[in-house]
Amino acid sequence: MMLAGILGLQYEFRWSVLWESPYGYWLLQGFKNTIVLSLLAWAIALLLGIALGLLRTAPWRLPRAIATAYVEFFRNTPLLVQLFFWYFAVPQILPAGPVRDAINSLNLDTPILTLNFEFLAALAGLGVYTSARVGETIRAGIQSIPRQQTEAALSSGLSLIQVYRHVLIPVGFRIVIPPMATEFLSIFKNSSLAVTIGFAEVTFQTQQVNSYTFKGLEAVTAATLIYLAISLTIAAFMNRMEHRYAIPGLIARGAVRE
Amino acid sequence: MAAAIEFKQVNKWFGKLHVLRDITLAIQPGEVVVVCGPSGSGKSTLIRCVNRLEPIQSGDVVVLGQSLTSPGVNFSQLRSQVGMVFQAFNLYPHMNALENIVLAPMKVKGLSRAEAEKIAVALLERVGIPEKAGQYPAHLSGGQQQRVAIARALAMQPKIMLFDEPTSALDPEMINEVLEVMTDLAREGMTMVVVTHEMGFAKRVSHRIVFMDEGQVVEEGKPETFFAAPRSERTKLFLSKILVH
Ligand SMILES: Nc1ncnc2c1ncn2[C@@H]1O[C@H](COP(=O)(O)OP(=O)(O)O)[C@@H](O)[C@H]1O
Ligand SMILES: [Mg+2]
Repeated sequence: MMLAGILGLQYEFRWSVLWESPYGYWLLQGFKNTIVLSLLAWAIALLLGIALGLLRTAPWRLPRAIATAYVEFFRNTPLLVQLFFWYFAVPQILPAGPVRDAINSLNLDTPILTLNFEFLAALAGLGVYTSARVGETIRAGIQSIPRQQTEAALSSGLSLIQVYRHVLIPVGFRIVIPPMATEFLSIFKNSSLAVTIGFAEVTFQTQQVNSYTFKGLEAVTAATLIYLAISLTIAAFMNRMEHRYAIPGLIARGAVRE
Repeated sequence: MAAAIEFKQVNKWFGKLHVLRDITLAIQPGEVVVVCGPSGSGKSTLIRCVNRLEPIQSGDVVVLGQSLTSPGVNFSQLRSQVGMVFQAFNLYPHMNALENIVLAPMKVKGLSRAEAEKIAVALLERVGIPEKAGQYPAHLSGGQQQRVAIARALAMQPKIMLFDEPTSALDPEMINEVLEVMTDLAREGMTMVVVTHEMGFAKRVSHRIVFMDEGQVVEEGKPETFFAAPRSERTKLFLSKILVH
C-alpha cells in the first residue's frame, strides 16, 4: 500500500479479513457481546447506583454508612482487580458443592449470548464497579440542590419521601444527565477489560483474528472504529436526553451544544 | 381566645451555640408580628421552630393548640396549616408556576388536579400575575418568583404564614410588589410572623414588633411606641443603624 510504501514498511494490508469467514463473524459476535455485556451491566449499575446514591443523602444513619462504604470501596479500587476478584477469587470462596460446580461448568446457549462464568464475572465486575460510580454521581447531584429547596417542600406538608419523589429526584436526576452520560460511555470502554478474564467481547475477538491471520492492524482498526461508533451514538443519544429533560433556564455546562 | 403560636421558655442550641434563650412569646390569631434584629440574632431559627424545621431542646412551642414537643405530633399535618416563605424563593425549578402551586394541595390534601388548579389560578390572580401560570421559575423576575412562592404557601389554606426576610433578595424596584401582597394578606386577617428589615412595612402593617438580639427577645411593642420610644440601648442602636438609609 502507498502509506506503507512511503514509510518503508513491509506490512501487507489485507482488509478483507474483517469480513472474510469466519473472522468477520467473530468480530460481529464480539460487537454483540460488548453491547449485551455493557447494557446489562449498565442496568445493574443504574438500579444499584440510584439506590446507593439516594441512601447516601438520606437521614438514616446505618444505611447511609453502608452505602458510603460500598461506594468508596468499589470506586477506589481498580476495575481490573475487581474483575479478577469475581473471576478467580469468588469460585474459590464458594463452598465446594453443586453451586460451585454449576458455576464453573456453566455453558448455556441463549438467543442473545452464551451464558458462561466468564460472562457472569464480567457482568458482576462491570456492574458493581459502575454502580459505585453512579452512586457517587447521584449523591453529588442530589446534594447540589440547595437544602432550602427541601425545607420549602417539607414546610408545605409534604413528607420526606414525597419531597424525594417530586422534587429531589426529578431535579437531581436532570442535573446529573451529563456526568451519567460519561459513565454510560465509560462502561462500553471499560467492558474491553473483560478480555482479561476470557469473555469474548470485541477486544477478545480482535486478538483472535490477529492470532489466526496475523492481521492485527486491520483487526485493531476495526475494534477502534466499533468503539468509536458506539461512543458517538451514545453521546448523540445522551445529548438529546439532556435537551429533552433540561430544566428551563438551567441549560447546562458542557454537554449541550446547539 | 387561645394563642395561634405560643413560645414557652424555649431554648435551642446548635452544638454549643445557644441560639434561642428562654423565649416566651404569644402570637394571637389574626395578629401580624414583625421580628427584627441584627444578623445572627436567631430570627430565622425562631420562626423555623414554629413549623418544626428546627427542633428545640427545652421549653415548648404550641401551634394552633398543638404542643410540638408532645409525642406523636403529625408534622406533615402541622406544616400543612403553617405556610412559609423564604428569602431565596425556593420554587421547584423543574415545574412551572402553576405546577409549583398545585403540588402540595394534590399530594398532601389529596385534591384532584382540577380542584388544585382552580385554587392556583385564583391565587395567581390574587398575587397579581395570572399570566405567569405557565412560566418556569428561571423565566420569572425575583419579585414574581416570590409572589408565586407566596401563592404556593397560600394554596394549602394555612392558618398561619411565616416569612423569613421575603424581600431581602429582591432588587429595590421589586420589593413593593411583594410587600403589597403581604399587606393585603394582613388586612384579610391572616396570622403572620414576618422577619424583615422593612421598617415601613412594620409601621404600616404590623400590630407588634419583636426585637431580638443574641437569641433573646430584647423588646417588643406596638409600632408607634417601638419606633418613637425604644426602651433598650440595643434597640436604639439597631434602629439608628437601619433607619439611616
Ligand atoms: N443549621 C445551623 N447550624 C449551626 N448554626 C446555625 C445553624 N443555623 C443558624 N445557626 C447559627 O445560629 C445563629 C442564629 O442564626 P439565625 O437564626 O439564622 O439568625 P438570623 O436569622 O437572626 O440572622 C447564628 O449564629 C447562626 O450562625
Ligand atoms: Mg435569618
